[in-house]
Amino acid sequence: MDTTGTIFLTPGGSTIAGEVDSLFYFLVYASIAMFGIVLAGLVYFGLRYRRRQTDADTPTSGRAHNLKLELLWSIIPTILVVIVFIWGFRIYIKMHVVPHEAMEVKVTGQKWFWSFDYPQGASTVNELVVPVSKPIKLLMSSKDVIHSFFVPDFRIKMDVLPNRYTITWFEATRTGNFDLFCAEFCGDGHSDMIGKVRVVGEREFSEWLEAGLSGGEGMTPEDFGARLYVSKACNTCHSIDGRSLVGPTFKGAFGTRRVLEDGGEVTIDENYIRESILEPQAKVSAGFQPVMPTYQGLLNSREIDALVVYIKSLK
Amino acid sequence: MNTLPENHYLNARRGLKSWLFTLDHKRIGILYLYGIIGAFFIGGVLALLVRLELFGPGRDIMDAKTYNQFFTLHGAVMIFLFIIPSIPAALGNFLLPQMIGAKDVAFPRLNLASWYIYITGAVFALYSIHSGGVDTGWTFYTPYSTETTTSVISMTLGIFILGFSSIFTGLNFIVTIHKMRSPGQTWYKLPLFVWALYATAIIQVLATPVLGITLLLLILERAFGIGIFDPAMGGDPVLYQHFFWFYSHPAVYIMILPGMGIISELISVFSRKKIFGYKAIAFSSLAIAFVSFLVWGHHMFTSGQSEIAATIFSFLTFLVGIPSGIKVFNWLATMYKGRISFDTPMLYGLSFLFLFTIGGLTGIFLGALAVDVHLHDTYFVVAHFHYVMMGGTVMAFLGGIHFWWPKMWGRMFSSFWSTVAWAIVFVGFNMTFFTQFILGSRGMPRRYYNYLDQYQPLHAFSSVGSLVLAVGFIIMGIYLVHSLFRGKPAGNNPWGALTFEWQSTSPPPTENFVKPPKLTHGPYDFDKISPERTFP
Amino acid sequence: MEKDKGYGPGQPAHHFSEIEQQTEAVKLGMWIFLLTEILLFGGLFTAYSVFRAWNPDMFINAHKFLNVMLGTLNTVILISSSVTVVLAIRSMQLGRREKTIFFLVATLILAAVFLVVKYFEYSHKFHLGQLPGKYYTFTGVEGTNPHIFFSIYFSMTGLHGLHVLAGMIAIGWMLVRTVRRNFSSEYYAPLEATGLYWHLVDMIWIYLFPLLYLIG
Repeated sequence: MDTTGTIFLTPGGSTIAGEVDSLFYFLVYASIAMFGIVLAGLVYFGLRYRRRQTDADTPTSGRAHNLKLELLWSIIPTILVVIVFIWGFRIYIKMHVVPHEAMEVKVTGQKWFWSFDYPQGASTVNELVVPVSKPIKLLMSSKDVIHSFFVPDFRIKMDVLPNRYTITWFEATRTGNFDLFCAEFCGDGHSDMIGKVRVVGEREFSEWLEAGLSGGEGMTPEDFGARLYVSKACNTCHSIDGRSLVGPTFKGAFGTRRVLEDGGEVTIDENYIRESILEPQAKVSAGFQPVMPTYQGLLNSREIDALVVYIKSLK
Repeated sequence: MNTLPENHYLNARRGLKSWLFTLDHKRIGILYLYGIIGAFFIGGVLALLVRLELFGPGRDIMDAKTYNQFFTLHGAVMIFLFIIPSIPAALGNFLLPQMIGAKDVAFPRLNLASWYIYITGAVFALYSIHSGGVDTGWTFYTPYSTETTTSVISMTLGIFILGFSSIFTGLNFIVTIHKMRSPGQTWYKLPLFVWALYATAIIQVLATPVLGITLLLLILERAFGIGIFDPAMGGDPVLYQHFFWFYSHPAVYIMILPGMGIISELISVFSRKKIFGYKAIAFSSLAIAFVSFLVWGHHMFTSGQSEIAATIFSFLTFLVGIPSGIKVFNWLATMYKGRISFDTPMLYGLSFLFLFTIGGLTGIFLGALAVDVHLHDTYFVVAHFHYVMMGGTVMAFLGGIHFWWPKMWGRMFSSFWSTVAWAIVFVGFNMTFFTQFILGSRGMPRRYYNYLDQYQPLHAFSSVGSLVLAVGFIIMGIYLVHSLFRGKPAGNNPWGALTFEWQSTSPPPTENFVKPPKLTHGPYDFDKISPERTFP
Repeated sequence: MEKDKGYGPGQPAHHFSEIEQQTEAVKLGMWIFLLTEILLFGGLFTAYSVFRAWNPDMFINAHKFLNVMLGTLNTVILISSSVTVVLAIRSMQLGRREKTIFFLVATLILAAVFLVVKYFEYSHKFHLGQLPGKYYTFTGVEGTNPHIFFSIYFSMTGLHGLHVLAGMIAIGWMLVRTVRRNFSSEYYAPLEATGLYWHLVDMIWIYLFPLLYLIG
C-alpha cells in the first residue's frame, strides 16, 4: 500500500487505490519512454540533419517507406494499448462488484451539500463517518441536478443522478480524514460542496453511532449551534462575518427588520429562523435566490433550538 | 529583390462592399480569419480572467456566479467560434482550390453564405453575454441547463446556427475535392493537407447535425418543457449526454485533423524531404474520422452507464489513438536525412510534435477505465485537452498562418520576433498546462471557483504561465500586423515548397493562376526537385 | 457584386470547366446535404426508439388519438407530390418548359394541402390539450407520462413540417428560374437537386407515418 504518495498522486487510502496507482505509474513510465523516443528523434534529427550554409541544394533521399519500421511502430503501440485496456478493465470490474458484506450508506447529493443516512439510523451532513477495513457500499441519488461523488485519496468517483440510484463502494485502509468533492458542475455552490470522509477504528465507529444520534451532549446550546453551523453546511451559503454569499449573512441579523422578495417585511426572530430552516421558500429575503433546501428530516428539534441560540448570539 | 505583383486578389476590387459580397474563396478565407482572431481574443481574455481568479482560493476578482459564466463562455467561444472553424474556414478556404489547381470552391455563394451564418451564430452566442450570461459549462448538461435562469437559449441557438456554417463548409470541400481537381491530379497526388480537410469535412457533415438536433431538443426542453431530459417528467438526463457526446467527440477530430494536415506540409517542406509514409498518413486520417464516431462514451465512464458499454468504448478509444501515433512516427521519419531549417513555421511544427505527443499519451490515461474513474472531471482532463487542442491544433494553426502568411499578403514577417514569440508561447503554454496534470491527478476537480489551500501553489504557477502566454500572443499580434505594412515582399515561393499555391504570385491573382498549373511532380518530390527559396 | 451568372444554356459558371462538371457537383452536393438531414432526423428517431422502449404501452395507448385517415391521406399526398416533381424534371429533360412549370405548380399545391391537413390535426390536438411537455393537459391516455408521446410527435412532425415548408420555398424558387428560362435540356441540375431534396422529405414522412400512426 502506497502511503507516501508522489508528485502525481496523494497517498492512497482504499484497497483499490494501490491497484489504480500501479496502472497509473505504468502509464507514466510508458509515456515517458514514448515521449522520450519522440523527443530524442526531434532533437537528434534536428541537430544532425540541420541545413548548413555549405550544403549543396540537391534533392534529398526519396526513400519514403520502410515496412519493418512501419509495422514495428504500429504493432508495438497496439500491443501496449491492449495491455493497458485489459489491465484497466480488470480493475474497473473490481470497482463495480460490491462485496456482499458491505455496509450500505445512503448518499444524497443536492445543491450544495451531501447528506448520509446510515443503516443504523444515524444521519450526517457533509461528513461520512466509516469504520476502517470494512467495505462500504454507497447507494446514491440526487435531489436536483447531477452531482458526482469523488474521493481522490480513495480513487473513486461516481455520478449522482436525480432519476435513479448509482452505486459505488470502497474499503478504507487507514484512519484519517479524506477530502470529498463534488465532481460534476452543479451551479453556484459547486466548489463549496466539499465534505470529508472520516475513517475511524471499529470501536470508535460504534461509539460514534451511539453518540451521534443525539449529539451536543455536554455543550452549551450556543456551542452546539456553532458546531452545527459548520457540520450541517449552513456555512456554505451563510457567512458569520457580514459578507453576503448565496444567502444573507447571520451576523447582526437577529432582531432586525428584513424586506422580503415579495415586498413584504418580517422581523428576524426565533420563529422566522425555525420557519426558514424547515420551509426556506416561505419568506425569502429580497435580493437572494430561493435556492435554500429544506432541512426537514435532517435536523431534529434540539438541533434547531441550538442553531437559533447560536444565530441570536451573532451580533 | 522581390516586388509585389501589380494585380492580385487583395487589390482587384476595393471597398467594403467588394469584400462583403465577394465570391472569391481567398477573400472569404480572410474574412473568416478576422472572425476567428476576434474570437480567439475574446476567448483568451476570458481565459486570463479565469486564471486570475484562480490565482488564490476564495474570491480574488469575481464571485462564483460570474466565474461560472466566464469559464462557460471561454469554452463555448473557443470551441465553436474559434477552433472548429479556424483551420478549415480560414486556411482551408484560402488554400484548397489553389492546391488542386482550381479557380474556386464548388459553391462560392454557399461559401459566402457560410461566413454570414458564422457571423450570425456568433452574434447570437455573444448576445447571451449581454442577456444574462450562461453558467452551465460548454457541455450544457441537463438537468442543470434546463433549470438555470441564465441565457441558455440564446447561446445554444447561436451554436445551432454556427453548426450550419460548419456543415456547409464541409459539404463545399467534399464536392470541391471530388469534382474539381486538376487533370491528372489523382488522389495520391494530393497534398496531405487536402486529405486532412477531406476527412475533417466528412466528420463535419455527419456529426454536426446531431449537435443540431441535441441543442434543438434542449431549447424545446427549456421553452416547452417537453421533458425528455427531465427525470421528473419521465425523461433521462444521461440521454442528453449520449446525444451531446455523439457529436462532440467527433468534433475534437474536426479540430485536430486539419492541424495534422498542416504538420505534414511543414515537416516535409522544412526538412526538404519527401513525406514518409504518404498513404499511411492519408488513410490514418480517414481511419480516425471513421472510428471517432464510435468512442463518445469515454466521456461518460462515471455517468452510471453500463459496464459493458464502458468496456466497449474504452477498447475503441485505444484503437483510435493508434493512427495518430503512426502519424507522429511518420513525421519524425520524414526528418531523417532531411535538410532541416528552423524557420518559424517549422518551430511550430516541431512544438506540435512535442506537445501533441504529450496530449495524446495523456489521452491513453483517460481511456483506461480504472484510471479514468480517478481522473475524470479533474484538471488532468483540462490539461489533456489543452495539450491536444492548443498544443496541437493551435500550434498547427499558427504554423500554418506563418507558413502561408507571405502567400496571403505578399509580405514576410520579422523572423526574429516570430521566434521570440514562439519561444514565449511555448514556455508559457507548458507552465500553464503541465502543472494542471499534477493538479488533476492530485484530485483538483474542474470548474471549481473555490479550492482547498493545498492546491494553491500549483494554481498560482499555472496562472503565471497564462500571463506569459498572453505576452507571447501580444508580441505575435504586433509583428504580424507590422508586416502587413512594412514586411519585405516575399516572392512567389519564399520557403521553396512544391504544392501548387507556390507557383503563383504572392499574393495570388483573383483567379488563382494566370495559367492553370501543370502537374509535373508530386507535392513532396524533394527527391526529384530542389526548388529555390525566393526569400530572403 | 462579382459576376457569377456565367451560365446560360451550355455555359458553366466561371469556376467550372464544363457544364457536366457543374451538374455532377450540384448533385453530389445535394446528396451530401441529404445525408446531413438523415442524421438530423436520426437523433429524433433515436429519441423515439428510446422512449418507446421505456414506455411501450403508453405509446400504443397515446397513438390511438392520432387520426389514421388523415395520416394516410397525407402519405398519399406526399407520394403524389414526389411523382409530380419527377415528372417536372423529366419534362425539363425533354426540354418542355411549360410542362415543367405545370408539374412544379402541382407539387406546390400538393405540399400546401399536406400542410393544411397537418394544421387541422394540430389544432384538434391543441383543442384537446394534447400539447407537448409542460402544456399537456389531456387526461385520456393510460400509462405513465403520456405527454412524452406528444412531445415526440410534435417534435418529429414539426421539424418535418418545417422541411416541407423549406422544400416549398425551394420548389417555388425553381419555378421562378424555370419561368426565367434558366434551365434547358442540357442543364437542369438545380431542379434535379431540389427534386432529390423533396424525395427525402417524402421519405422521412414514410418512416414517420407508421412509427407514429400505425403501431400496436
